[in-house]
Amino acid sequence: MSEDFPPLSLNVPEPGCRPGVTPDFSDFEIPHAGAVKRPPVNVDPDTIREMAFSIVRVLNKDGEAVGDWAGEQSADELREGLRHMLTLRTFDARMLNAQRQGKTSFYMQHLGEEAVSCAFSKALKPGDMNFPTYRQAGLLIAGGYPMLTMMNQIYSNADDPLHGRQLPIMYSSKEHGFFSISGNLGTQFVQSVGWAMASAISGDTKIASGWIGDGSTAESDFHSAMVFASTYDAPVVLNIVNNQWAISTFQGIARGGVGTFAARGHGFGIASIRVDGNDYLAVHSVAKWACERARRGHGPTLIEHVTYRAGGHSTSDDPAAYRSRREAAAWPLGDPIERLKTHLITIGEWSDERHTQAEAEILDEIVRTQKQAEAIGTLGDGNAPSPRDMFEGVYETMPPHLIRQRQEAGY
Amino acid sequence: MASMTMIEAIREAHDVAMAADDRVVVFGEDVGFFGGVFRCTAGLQQKYGKSRCFDTPINESGIVGTAIGMAAYGLKPVIEIQFADYVYPAYDQIVSEAARLRHRSNADFTCPLVIRMPTGGGIFGGQTHSQSPEALFTHVSGLKVVVPSNPRDAKGLLLAAIEDPDPVIFLEPKRLYNGPFDGYHDRPVTSWKKHPMGEVPEGHEIVPLGKASITREGADVTVLAYGTMVYVAEAAAEATGVDAEVIDLRTLLPLDLDTITASVEKTGRCVIVHEATRTSGFGAELMSLVQENCFYHLEAPMIRVTGWDTPYPHAQEWEYFPGPDRVGEALKKVMEG
Repeated sequence: MSEDFPPLSLNVPEPGCRPGVTPDFSDFEIPHAGAVKRPPVNVDPDTIREMAFSIVRVLNKDGEAVGDWAGEQSADELREGLRHMLTLRTFDARMLNAQRQGKTSFYMQHLGEEAVSCAFSKALKPGDMNFPTYRQAGLLIAGGYPMLTMMNQIYSNADDPLHGRQLPIMYSSKEHGFFSISGNLGTQFVQSVGWAMASAISGDTKIASGWIGDGSTAESDFHSAMVFASTYDAPVVLNIVNNQWAISTFQGIARGGVGTFAARGHGFGIASIRVDGNDYLAVHSVAKWACERARRGHGPTLIEHVTYRAGGHSTSDDPAAYRSRREAAAWPLGDPIERLKTHLITIGEWSDERHTQAEAEILDEIVRTQKQAEAIGTLGDGNAPSPRDMFEGVYETMPPHLIRQRQEAGY
Repeated sequence: MASMTMIEAIREAHDVAMAADDRVVVFGEDVGFFGGVFRCTAGLQQKYGKSRCFDTPINESGIVGTAIGMAAYGLKPVIEIQFADYVYPAYDQIVSEAARLRHRSNADFTCPLVIRMPTGGGIFGGQTHSQSPEALFTHVSGLKVVVPSNPRDAKGLLLAAIEDPDPVIFLEPKRLYNGPFDGYHDRPVTSWKKHPMGEVPEGHEIVPLGKASITREGADVTVLAYGTMVYVAEAAAEATGVDAEVIDLRTLLPLDLDTITASVEKTGRCVIVHEATRTSGFGAELMSLVQENCFYHLEAPMIRVTGWDTPYPHAQEWEYFPGPDRVGEALKKVMEG
């Protein structure tokens, strides 16, 4: 060992807030609502580089919508958005409970992230295609996909559109612009770019939207997607949902100590924006900007939605083992539902009474739907998909070896 | 009919498919302007334009991943991995996505996709230009796996693969690109011009997937082979005088089990030949199937002649490659059993 060079040491990033530690987000820089200007959709990505280091926010702490990105939606649209988020949260709570009761094997909730997928959904047009992860069910809820069908999938019952082949919440609906979810992380991100390239090859006007979490940006397909989107100027909106956590791993393990996830777009020449993921108005406005940019042929956009995974990773996870129980409450961007509710009340378009009533209506509807789904069947109880069905659909036409195996299995 | 090399036949299949269907798009590394490092896509970009045939970044996962997205949109991508040895970065996309998409979405989304890749050794390609990874694909439910051995089949099978509604792994033995090769590396190379299967029908002709071809009829022993090993097996039969029936499997998945069992029931003996490494190679599956289906007809233990369970070497090319001498010894041995 040379005296000129002290021993090297490995840097392993650590989150600031392990169990028992008081949460501290004082280093987390939050620009004021309205501080980030809205550029034209045909902007040269190179001229908005600072947007990858700031955060587009619309709702201020008083619940007012301010700045260039405000004013995109009517009060009716915002009330609808609030309803979607409440629906998703209630749906999550019911399904989480159903898993605890053994009615299904698995569930993943969106607690705290409802604005991201619900608001984004409203920026898309019919025919556009999302390539979601397992935590964007708001795209379905806000997109009008029947909750009964979602529950049938979760229960793997006889009316499950995927015939019991998929793990719960791995939905698929071409009709609703929701690409089949895969358990393999990051794979869809590059597929969304290919879908967008296909639209461009075909002279179509449809766009694609890719989704990935903060942890999965470390997957090589994140890089593949960025390279291809950049090379071919694909009409795609690439969304990173930075909820700070990848199961037990804090986002610093995927990102390192400097920069932002959005800033990774800079190396690819992709227009890159960070947005307050708990600000329904900001998410929608940025999504609309990025979608229009793609649809007008100005190329891809990378959006980092800054939010917080308030719930456990899944029904198989206990976050108290690796982070403070108080961290979600300390999260400086607050709760998306509370913030939109406050805004609507502030502008005189909502009230606590109406909110309580809406919550009750939504719960009633979900409970009613849940009863319908459970009457059809739950996992291992009631009408189940035919075992014969696992042999179907491997190929368009069943090849001889699968016919033999199906017969061997007794179906 | 026109005389073609396998390269020309493959290029021709692209041309026929692209002319017939606007949804067919062709891409990969060096595939566009340059026409491919093996010339299999020569002239296609010039004829069909850059949006139908184009170059990609060097990123196999991206090539396959974007193609899956395109297939889900409704296009029919025919993509190239420059060497089968370089398919591994795309393995997740192939196994987890392309192969499963129809099943997991209950056909809400499908993946009509052809992934072409030059395969096999015998060209002093060393470790990363010689591998035969077919068993890594035949183990994956939802894929089809094709290995042509001559220009006529290459064109017909590629057209069938492009029209197939499911993802097809299309392995092209690069040793056969310019002419048949029987493993006698010290003899002059021959060209497809002198081989009957170098005569290729013009226009559209399909060779159906899932159907084997008997390239040499015989009564003594059935040889199961594909790709370059078809010619090695034929040469070994001639050299030893063993009346071998050589079956060119052509499609490994789904497999033409009927042709295999009919032959083994006739001969009572079976030798399996492939370039790929032995352990858990496709030969093990073939051996199991013949054992299960033809046990009471077998008069001798089956023998596999394969690449050794080592990485593909450079200097020891001809000690590794299962040539006619090794196959011939197996033919004689199985006749003694």
